[in-house]
Amino acid sequence: MNTIKSGTWVEIEKTLLTTEQRAPQVPDDTKKTPYLMRVAGFLVSDSQLNDEVEVKTLSGRLIKGTLKVVKPHYEHSFGDTVEELLDIGLVGSKI
Amino acid sequence: MSRDISYQAVMARKNEIMKASMGIDYDVYKTGKLAFDYERMMDDCGFTTEDIVKIQSSTKVGNTPMFELHNLTEAVRKISAPGKGARIFVKDEAANASGSFKARRASVSAYVAQQKGYKGMIAATSGNYGAAVASQAAQRGLKCIIIQEVYDSKGIGQPEIVEKGRKCEAFGAEVIKMSVGPELFYYNLLTLEETGYFNASLYTPFGIKGVETLGHEVAQQIRAMTGKDPDAVIVTHAGGGNLTGTARGLLQAGCKAQVVACSVDLSGLHMASDNDFNRKSFTTGHTGFGVPFATWPDRADVPRNAARSLRYMDDYMLVSQGEVFYVTELLSKLEGMERGPAGNTSLTGAVALARELNQDQIIVVQETEYTGAGKHHNSQLSFARKMGIEVRRGDPKDSVNGKSIIIPENLGQVMGHRQDMDKLRMSYLKNAAKQCDPSEWSQVDKEFAAADVKKDIKWLENALKTL
Repeated sequence: MNTIKSGTWVEIEKTLLTTEQRAPQVPDDTKKTPYLMRVAGFLVSDSQLNDEVEVKTLSGRLIKGTLKVVKPHYEHSFGDTVEELLDIGLVGSKI
Repeated sequence: MSRDISYQAVMARKNEIMKASMGIDYDVYKTGKLAFDYERMMDDCGFTTEDIVKIQSSTKVGNTPMFELHNLTEAVRKISAPGKGARIFVKDEAANASGSFKARRASVSAYVAQQKGYKGMIAATSGNYGAAVASQAAQRGLKCIIIQEVYDSKGIGQPEIVEKGRKCEAFGAEVIKMSVGPELFYYNLLTLEETGYFNASLYTPFGIKGVETLGHEVAQQIRAMTGKDPDAVIVTHAGGGNLTGTARGLLQAGCKAQVVACSVDLSGLHMASDNDFNRKSFTTGHTGFGVPFATWPDRADVPRNAARSLRYMDDYMLVSQGEVFYVTELLSKLEGMERGPAGNTSLTGAVALARELNQDQIIVVQETEYTGAGKHHNSQLSFARKMGIEVRRGDPKDSVNGKSIIIPENLGQVMGHRQDMDKLRMSYLKNAAKQCDPSEWSQVDKEFAAADVKKDIKWLENALKTL
């Protein structure tokens, strides 16, 4: 297993409420799932993926959780071409 | 001694956490079993409009441009009855520092947090507001934690929500990304307690006072551009703060324009359902917030909500997801403005409303929001398709929330439909009756309830008989 060095930007996951602990007003499908949080931060000590670790967040808090992602990043985009939009409002076209 | 952090224990500490995190004692405003002194609560902020303008201009908020949408107006006139097709104007709120009107809402809270010596701010939000709090906090040297509902139980995040989280991080905020559920508020309280930061709730008087300047600017700009007042100001409606603040600002400016709410109709989808979470293409500006918050504002994360939309709402239009995506595309192609789809909800309502009004009348769409990867109708439609939602052109009336998004074939199909205002008012009264049986309401309670639904005592007395 590769060691992930302390100080690395990582994302952890933590169970805040188990299925039994969830709020009473939660609908049935949601109640079947635990209430989870993810947060990114700097790894406090050398660890491996899926270890229970501690991170220092951007606000400076120390939070414990399971190490899930190393160097988390964003991949959201403008999506695949949606052809249905292409001819809307073209110059000279009937609206 | 370690605190009990179970859901029940934290929720039971709600009032004390609130008091410590905002410095507002809501109990002093109580005037009846149901009633409280709303105007006194708003006045006690101690800020004049001039104060707020000064606060906002120091952190890149407000004084946004107003544009007349000549080409869209022309297109609407072509499909309207002779003489119909009101002039459509849009206030480009995307020009605020964080890219939406929410910067106004966060600005006063950030100022207060700094003045009172808090080290940071916390907000639980679906997105644009988080970016606004983060942007304002950054400028005032405050730390910031944003708590956001992001993923379903499979770990899949809607592109718009993911983008809004990214923007919060871009401003240096710590973003806590949650799975689906109303326990967002639980973690919000827990974090306020742990950090001692300021609670930048959307629903404090500070938040709503911050939006009043938007109403002032609308009145001033339309008067300067046209020599008269707008006939209608249409507002994308979710939690009610945008509508409440804008309407209050219009009234303060002496403007009697009709205040029209507009939400995306997401009826049939449950907002706290893990299954439904990624089957909707709008994360705000929809009926999932708009209706419950209009009909019982005090369900918010503060004891008394300063956003009381039914007090100011004259009409309420609903539009479909497909209609908003169509109009968003038209805004780009006809007006050369690319803006985020959620903010174009009220623009879509304006297209439908303009057909009912005369050509010399004026409708103001009072916001836009920024756009970009994820926060774009193409991203949303592409994602919806991946989630198994049918996307096609056709008559939007045939769409089924959670199953299909139907993009109009032509502008004539952008019709929207009306929400029954009296039904909303009755729903408010039913919710109020759950708090305290109407037989126990004093005259003060009755006057409060009537004002809260923009009706008089006579209407209220009759309505209570049919409850």
